[in-house]
Amino acid sequence: MVSATLDTSQGVIDIKGVSKNFPHPDGSEVKALSQVELTVSGGEFVSLIGPSGCGKSTLLRLIAGLDKATTGTLELDGQTIDGPSAERGLAFQNPYLFPWLNIYNNVAFGLRARRVYKRLKSMVGQYLELVGLGKFGQVYPHHLSGGMAQRASLARALINEPRVLLLDEPLGALDAFTRMNMQDEILRIRSEKRITMIMVTHDVDEAIYLSDRVIIMTPGPGKVEKILAVPLTRPRARNTPDFLSLRSRILEILNFAGRLDEPAYQI
Amino acid sequence: MVKHLLWPLYRLKDDYRLRPIFHHLAAWAALLALILEINLAPSGLQPPTERPYLRYFLIVVLALTIILPLAARSPERKAKILAKDNFYAAAITLLNILNIVTSKYTLIPAIFFPAPDRIIAVLFEDFNYLILVCLFSSGKLLVTGFFSGALAGLVTGVAIGFSKPAAYWLNPLIKILGPIPPTAWIPIVLVAFPTTWAGAVFLIALSVWFPTSVMTSSGILNVQNAYFEVSSALGAKRVYQIFMVGIPAAMPLIFTGLFSGACSSFLTLMTAEMVGVKSGIGWYINWQREMLSYSNVYAGLIIIAFSFYSLITLFFKVRDRVLVWQKGMIKW
Repeated sequence: MVSATLDTSQGVIDIKGVSKNFPHPDGSEVKALSQVELTVSGGEFVSLIGPSGCGKSTLLRLIAGLDKATTGTLELDGQTIDGPSAERGLAFQNPYLFPWLNIYNNVAFGLRARRVYKRLKSMVGQYLELVGLGKFGQVYPHHLSGGMAQRASLARALINEPRVLLLDEPLGALDAFTRMNMQDEILRIRSEKRITMIMVTHDVDEAIYLSDRVIIMTPGPGKVEKILAVPLTRPRARNTPDFLSLRSRILEILNFAGRLDEPAYQI
Repeated sequence: MVKHLLWPLYRLKDDYRLRPIFHHLAAWAALLALILEINLAPSGLQPPTERPYLRYFLIVVLALTIILPLAARSPERKAKILAKDNFYAAAITLLNILNIVTSKYTLIPAIFFPAPDRIIAVLFEDFNYLILVCLFSSGKLLVTGFFSGALAGLVTGVAIGFSKPAAYWLNPLIKILGPIPPTAWIPIVLVAFPTTWAGAVFLIALSVWFPTSVMTSSGILNVQNAYFEVSSALGAKRVYQIFMVGIPAAMPLIFTGLFSGACSSFLTLMTAEMVGVKSGIGWYINWQREMLSYSNVYAGLIIIAFSFYSLITLFFKVRDRVLVWQKGMIKW
């Protein structure tokens, strides 16, 4: 169901030999990431999954340019990433909408910051419509539900038409049903905007449901353990045998599959 | 029969239970005060005034307490006016008692506790001088001092909040100079500044500068870093972040700082006028005190009370307008 032609020349991320160390209070260094090699092609949806401490958020922050890699290089379309930029949109688990701005002005923030608001102000309405918040422009953030706030934060990131959208557990704080709705919402936005998306998640089902590839990471030090392609056709169902077998493979790699040969209790 | 006599205080309910009626008490209090003022003879120990100002005043108050609730355009407006009725009644009664104690029986020294008549007389007869000369002079001094202090405080606070070198050099300065009460500088300011007026502006600015800069810097330092990260990922550069993220996010604390600055500037203004500046309400009060005309002192105090009350009210209006985004988020 690819509705737009896939432009694979834009939004290519190249990560070469990236390590990240953080100073520990006792003076030593903690290896948060070790020798990560990863290439994400344009328009691809990639999930970073793994237990806490595996460095997935660290990797995302490096791509966002919020932190600097200790060694190695990160590139977007051949250009070295050396700081945050409007071409790499960002959405966190907490939407971090600016509470002093109404939703319209939150979404318009990127246009104003880049001094293109006067020319492009019609985009604000379009992006509010895109995420289904057309009627909520004048509302202040604390009046929005969690799902609506997350939509607003997506619209705010997308209005800059970034080449890459970086999502750090964007749906982590939502209830199960809102979460599944928002997953479809993200897929719909992606089919309209066709940009590269890299998402950090704890949720194996979410990773399989959304991604073209799942990057499985393990801690101590954080590294890429395995990269799994998701060969399922879209739209996907969450209960097909292929989906479930992929799910158990990922859990096996992460050592969370459990042991069926020694049941802890009799049903 | 008893019920009938007490009808202003009690209202007969359908179920024949008596329910106290608190409405229109203010009008009754004003009427009572007026009757006592007219019928009780003055003690003769207070110098008489040219006109019976207190009677005029009470007649106006009586008229207002009757007309305002009746003239209310909507039931909500009427309820809002009547909600304060008990308070006005108490205030009028207090004035009534004060009038009896000072003017009618003079139970306390007349020289220090003038009759309300005499205070109102000063407000009337000295109105032009009090408002156009003294209040204007105080206002000019206060506004100049407040705004230069607020501006300096904002600049200092923002510098400390955003720049490590500025924090390194300015923080100790604030910690050492800030807690000194501005009025303690008076001996130095009197000799260091070319005019006492300039010195007074400096003192008022100083008393606003300290709380404003402390609150602004801590407001900015307490902004969650994620807001800066999000804004930089949206394409905002440093200066844009300072003005569009840091300062708006710190606004609630900035207003707290400005508020305590305003309160302390009132204090400094009065002290500066009483000590050095030869004009303004503070100077007027001190001058009248030295001449033992206490009715003028009270008139000055009343002018101060109303002016500062208006300024604080205006301040809160501005704050509510600026912080409208907090509505429903924080209870003030």
